[in-house]
Amino acid sequence: MTLTNQLIQFLFTGLTVGSIYALVALGFSMIYSSTAIINLAQGEFVMLGGLIMVFFTMVLKIPMVFGFALTVIGVTLVGALFERLAIHPLKKASLITLIIITLAGSILFRGVAMFLWGKDPYALPAFSGRSPVQFWGATIQYQIFWILGITVLVVFAIWFFFNRTLMGKAMAACAFNPLAARLVGINVRKMVLFSFGLSAAFGAIAGAIITPITLMEYDRGPLLALKGFAAAVLGGLGSGAGSIVAGFIIGILESLGAGLISSGYKDAIALVVLLIILWVKPSGLFGSAEESELKKF
Amino acid sequence: MSEEALRVQGLQKSFGGLRAIDSLDFIVAEQQIKSIIGPNGAGKTTLFNLITGILPPTGGTFEFRGRPLSGLKPHEIARLGISRTFQNLQLFGNMTALENVMVGRHIRTAAGIFKAGLRFPGMRREEREIREKAMEELRFLGLENKALMNAASLPLREQKLLEIARALATQPKLLLLDEPAAGLNMRETEKLAEMILKIRQREITVMLVEHDMSLVMDISDEVLVLNYGKKIAEGLPRDIQRNREVIAAYLGEEADA
Amino acid sequence: MKRDDLYTLLCILIIVGLFPWLAGGNQYFISLLIFMGINGIIVMGLGMLMGYAGQISLGHAAFFGIGAYSSGILTAKYAFHPAQAFFIGVLLSAIIAFLVGKPTLRLKGHYMAVATLGFGEVLFIIFNELSPLTGGPSGLSGIPPLTLLGNPIEGTIYLYLVWGFLLLLLLFSLNVINSRVGRALRAIHGSELAANAMGVDASSYKLQVFILSATYASMAGSLYAHFVTFISPSSFSFMFSILLLMMVVVGGAETIWGSLLGAMLLTLLPEYLRGLEDFEVLAYGAILMVVLLFMPQGILEGVRNLFSGKIRVGVL
Repeated sequence: MTLTNQLIQFLFTGLTVGSIYALVALGFSMIYSSTAIINLAQGEFVMLGGLIMVFFTMVLKIPMVFGFALTVIGVTLVGALFERLAIHPLKKASLITLIIITLAGSILFRGVAMFLWGKDPYALPAFSGRSPVQFWGATIQYQIFWILGITVLVVFAIWFFFNRTLMGKAMAACAFNPLAARLVGINVRKMVLFSFGLSAAFGAIAGAIITPITLMEYDRGPLLALKGFAAAVLGGLGSGAGSIVAGFIIGILESLGAGLISSGYKDAIALVVLLIILWVKPSGLFGSAEESELKKF
Repeated sequence: MSEEALRVQGLQKSFGGLRAIDSLDFIVAEQQIKSIIGPNGAGKTTLFNLITGILPPTGGTFEFRGRPLSGLKPHEIARLGISRTFQNLQLFGNMTALENVMVGRHIRTAAGIFKAGLRFPGMRREEREIREKAMEELRFLGLENKALMNAASLPLREQKLLEIARALATQPKLLLLDEPAAGLNMRETEKLAEMILKIRQREITVMLVEHDMSLVMDISDEVLVLNYGKKIAEGLPRDIQRNREVIAAYLGEEADA
Repeated sequence: MKRDDLYTLLCILIIVGLFPWLAGGNQYFISLLIFMGINGIIVMGLGMLMGYAGQISLGHAAFFGIGAYSSGILTAKYAFHPAQAFFIGVLLSAIIAFLVGKPTLRLKGHYMAVATLGFGEVLFIIFNELSPLTGGPSGLSGIPPLTLLGNPIEGTIYLYLVWGFLLLLLLFSLNVINSRVGRALRAIHGSELAANAMGVDASSYKLQVFILSATYASMAGSLYAHFVTFISPSSFSFMFSILLLMMVVVGGAETIWGSLLGAMLLTLLPEYLRGLEDFEVLAYGAILMVVLLFMPQGILEGVRNLFSGKIRVGVL
């Protein structure tokens, strides 16, 4: 394979993982926007998405379309329950306690997953198509088109939701000023619940679409969360567009790094990006420093 | 002619497009009691935050006893002899009243991690002094009986006094009090006035941000009036009381000629 | 030193001193207590960082690893004297803590947590990838045990060594806590704004206590390496960082005794769960959740409050 072919290959791999990071980053941004919390259990929503889909389609043999829908609904419920039972009661607690409770949640989810599915990785068949496709000299798995397509759909749906629907605008209002939002009649509690549910949904979608390519096991969550968070910060926490762009950037960087430099340190690439961004410009590429100073944490 | 404690020249602070402080000039003389008054949002607390280094100015200079202050960090400014209380109380709620005041002694003492960890004799002596000086300040404010109580459990009036005790423990030359009378009744405010006068007797210059006009007019040597970040009047209390612009600023309408 | 602290210290001294005799020389119990001591050392430092200064680190396993690998590599491969390797580990940890801490401690809450998490992960990857030096995922073996007068130190003597270290560090820590430095740290936790206004250089102190806690972890790492004589990156993963965090939180971040209690309890936990491997991670998550929701100030305070009839809404 020539260098160009290799680069195209890496590009597609990068876009693929980048989609997942973008979706995870969106989940982070969403919850952060409405609650100023960083949900450290975000990665587990992805993991659950993958494993629950495996359960529905491989064990119960439900057709993939229904399996997908059921998975997303299921994980959304998990996210909502998590908010109700663990986040909401601790509303008044200190920042550190809130961080740790989402950490506890992630450990709990991982523990349940390990209990139910064990430590082995599980596979899913591609959503459609069988053999890989040749594209500009690179071999592309068919699933990648599904991944990119669904991601684009999700992005469009989000844009539509936040900019064109009343509920979406209400959520954005809550993020900006919960007291004012409450005063104009927006039910902040519901919004917080909704944002957790929604970001769980994103995670589930990400998990379901990536499993055919990368498989899924019980402890994939933490690293995914870290990389997704790197994307969220890079794009400016709270900025949906930023999260998506940054997700792809990190995915491509990682893929190029793994292919051209070393695959052992692959995971470290996203982490180093994370550290550099946090240390140098925590407001991200597209955020303003002043604005992030004003945002409460 | 007394020396200058604080000289502010052309001070500016903007937040994006909003001018919180606009071309402010004034001087505070040594051991003066100077009050800053003005309607809500006039920039009074912002001024304190600028002087104590919490916010960086957008322009202008300010000097403390001839020493320029801009660019210095809050703890460095405290070290130079400026201390303050906060409008929204910032006590250390996780510590006792005495411990709160002991923290005030921090800048006048020196033991670091190693000296403290290994309990050098110098450190032990220092600890005794810290405790004694802190108790002195508590006594000065009448709080000695509450020394071992958790700071957060004290009633509001005592919490406010505790913040003053803590600030005094730093041995300041300039003390900034941010709305010390807020939430106090008339009797308590009178006692506060006596307290501030006693503080001045300790050769400390006092700047006061206040809404309580009786307190302001009672004890101030000079009053500075801010509105929308600009100085609209400065002078003796009785002159300020009659100043038309000041009245208009507070009432929001033209005063009668 | 406060009288209560002194009594507790003496109690610990007596119990540990008598333990080998109480345990009938059972090596399993003795090693358990050694591990408790090693974890206790790390957790004292972490507890000062979290409970007193109010910061958070989700990557402390990295410093534990730095100490372990420094001692391990230098003594096993380069014939350094254990004491030299020990100090090099401490120095290395301190330098890395300084470099990482300076930009990280400036960050607020969540960002700090994730930065420390990321840092821990990066180091974990490095431990795995630098195979020629660290032995990679298969680990580093052949770490020489410590010797006294030509005889290897193990079992009971090692127990006394580890706990001797712990008690010395405990004394040091208690002195720091009950000093102007300790008050400065607690002031930073109480209100960083006011602490700065009263002349406490908050950034400097946060960094100092972070470095201190890193050196504690490094020391524990060295003691660990010479005890188990074989180390692998899996002992320095982020799960261990989380376990350390849990020890502080579950025991009670507010006092150093709470953190120590947490270390004792949670070192035992993997032993209880040994048979129920499937439940291990689940149990960790469940315990952490339950403590945070119902006894957020930790078990030590929680039990104390139960006895005095107080109920507290939790703030860490």
